[in-house]
Amino acid sequence: MTIDKGSKSEADIVASDTANSSPAASPIAFRLDPGPGVPTYLQLVHQVEQSLRLGYLKEGDRLPTVKEAVNALAINPNTVLKAYRELEHRGLAIGRPGQGTFIAGTLRRVGLAEQKALRKDLLDWLRTAEDAGLDAEGMEALFASSLRDFLDRRDEKRPRRGGRRAVRSSRQAGEVA
Amino acid sequence: MKLMETSGLTKRFRRTWALRDCTLAIPAGHVVALVGPNGAGKTTLLNLAVGLLRPTFGRISVLGGEKPGSVAARRRVGFVAQDAPLYGHLPAGDMLHLARNLNLTWDEERARDRLADLGIPLARKVRQLSGGQRAQLALTVALAKRPEVLILDEPLASLDPLARHDFMGSLMAAVAEDGLSVVFSSHVVSELERIADYLVVLNEGRLQLAGEVDVLLGAHHILTGPGGEMALDSKRIAVVQATQAGAQAHLLVRTSAADQPDPPGWLSSPATLEDLVLAYLRDPKASVLPGPDLTAAAGGQAARA
Repeated sequence: MTIDKGSKSEADIVASDTANSSPAASPIAFRLDPGPGVPTYLQLVHQVEQSLRLGYLKEGDRLPTVKEAVNALAINPNTVLKAYRELEHRGLAIGRPGQGTFIAGTLRRVGLAEQKALRKDLLDWLRTAEDAGLDAEGMEALFASSLRDFLDRRDEKRPRRGGRRAVRSSRQAGEVA
Repeated sequence: MKLMETSGLTKRFRRTWALRDCTLAIPAGHVVALVGPNGAGKTTLLNLAVGLLRPTFGRISVLGGEKPGSVAARRRVGFVAQDAPLYGHLPAGDMLHLARNLNLTWDEERARDRLADLGIPLARKVRQLSGGQRAQLALTVALAKRPEVLILDEPLASLDPLARHDFMGSLMAAVAEDGLSVVFSSHVVSELERIADYLVVLNEGRLQLAGEVDVLLGAHHILTGPGGEMALDSKRIAVVQATQAGAQAHLLVRTSAADQPDPPGWLSSPATLEDLVLAYLRDPKASVLPGPDLTAAAGGQAARA
């Protein structure tokens, strides 16, 4: 039986791409940060978002099943369900009963040239900050608080779905600060 | 449906009170961690829940009113006692054969598939298996009867970290697949937060804390502020544990309202489940039942959940 499985697996993946009869294995596997801090379900959400940004996941890809995820991570199934609900809420995933959870949306990816230009601006800013006497932690704190203010102000102007998220993340940052 | 319901449950062994006046109502569908130091009464409570012991006083029922140890209850409850008791001289396959004949419901295919997935040879004798494999075999036997609730007494105690992770992984996979409830006792506190969604803390035979993990974590905070006089509104904030260090104090507090502003001069940070369990265990008098002020203010939600 094992030999049979082994020889079939490659064909399976190819077949499921077209026929979609048995879903292929998920392109990503989750991992957890051992330290406390970010809640487990948010870690999973962030990993999916990160994988989308980096191109590991694309629309239509299957996320690990709840069983696969809890087996690998030894966590409560509700945590994975909560993460998938949050992804659905953010419009990034969709659950298909009996089949699993699939990537439904994309995060806007910034072009390489644009990223390069932004990075250059940021490096210029970092040099200025260093000249002014700020150390790495000071820069991070300043960036984090500026980003928070920016998001809060933007959400005040146009309240929408992202608003709830921004409020929550700012509250978390507030607790740490 | 209630997974487990007790009222005034008390067990005495000669002059020792193993469990005193324990009143609990745990809803079904949870992964329940039963926590407490050695001799807290964890094993006693679990043995009462499966009918291996009879209460001295009080009542206990499982799965919506079943009497522990009754035929109906035994069919629906799976139990793995401490140290995974199996017959050492039997091969794993014979262990399954024995269990198949001792249980009314039995899923042989599932048991064999599980052992194959885990790489446990059916011909290998139980005492030649590693500790992790023995624990997995005991779990396999317990799951093959397809219980609605699985009760495990210290399943992690004798396992190394890798075996612990794998064991909990496969237990959680079974929860995801079957939707069964789990009650397990443990004194490995640090690993509970990701696994348990309901917490019961026993200490010196008494119930100290019980509730959904999210609710308990929402109701507790760590406040950091000036030491010395604590100008805290004690009607609204109950200090569970205080750590003083000269100019600074760390307090683990239970707050009555969820969105209560921090007291002036104090900085609030979220408590972890480990903080919470350790704080309660250090002070056996700190209890789940706060003063009347607190209960009323919280709507009894956090206290009685």
